Amino acid sequence: MVPTEYFLIVSAILFGLGALGVLIRRNPLVMFMSIEMMLNAANLAFIAFAYQLQSLVGQVFVFFVITVAAAEVTVGLAIIVAIFRMRENVDVDDLNKLSG
Amino acid sequence: MGAMIVFLAFAFIAVVTGIGVVFSRNPVYCALLLVINFFCLAVFYVLLNAQFLAAVQVTVYAGAIMVLFVFVVMLLSPAREQNPLRQMGRFGLIAMPLAVVFIGQIIFAVLAGTMSPVKGPYSLDQINRLGGSVQAVGRVLFTDYLLPFEVTSLLLIVALIGAVVLGKRRV
Repeated sequence: MVPTEYFLIVSAILFGLGALGVLIRRNPLVMFMSIEMMLNAANLAFIAFAYQLQSLVGQVFVFFVITVAAAEVTVGLAIIVAIFRMRENVDVDDLNKLSG
Repeated sequence: MGAMIVFLAFAFIAVVTGIGVVFSRNPVYCALLLVINFFCLAVFYVLLNAQFLAAVQVTVYAGAIMVLFVFVVMLLSPAREQNPLRQMGRFGLIAMPLAVVFIGQIIFAVLAGTMSPVKGPYSLDQINRLGGSVQAVGRVLFTDYLLPFEVTSLLLIVALIGAVVLGKRRV
């Protein structure tokens, strides 16, 4: 069986890549996708620990994280569509005013 | 031994698609690579005896959330594709080595710590005795974590109303 540390290393790599994506990319959709990757890396860590510690709390927590991520993606994409419906090219650096 | 081969193969695919999501020029490629990433994670969940969550991951994450993403990417696609590496701005060159350092720090913290010897009640035998992953997770979800479960339903209603309100045209 695969040791738990290997799963945690993969989780760490995916989390770091997600953080890098949020910092580097200017397209808001790709930034959002990187955030989803970070959430999934955390889910992997939860389930790895749930297997290691023989407890199902990790799996229940992942269930809730997936649900919250779904709700967050719904509202976040609605916001992005509402903001960027008018513009030609989407770039988060253009969003520097709180109104309009 | 077989589990190790499966793990290494899918870990490689997961990391490569993760790098592809971050550095890909076309946002549709990013979305599709992220779907492959989620499938690899579902395989990891099966390896870790979380079959119900593997199915939920494929159904909800790869099957619903990423479909939403692809819709919105198609709706808001830019006129020309831009090279993301050229668009990074001032922080791009600092961010990449910092990300490597960040990953290294987490890996060090993971490998330097010790696992807790205290084990919970749900070993593999106990889960199989309860009837499988779905029954075991359901048992925990509906007894110990019933309140968060009900609050999650409220959260979903709020998200639904929010999405509908945000999607309306100005009346």
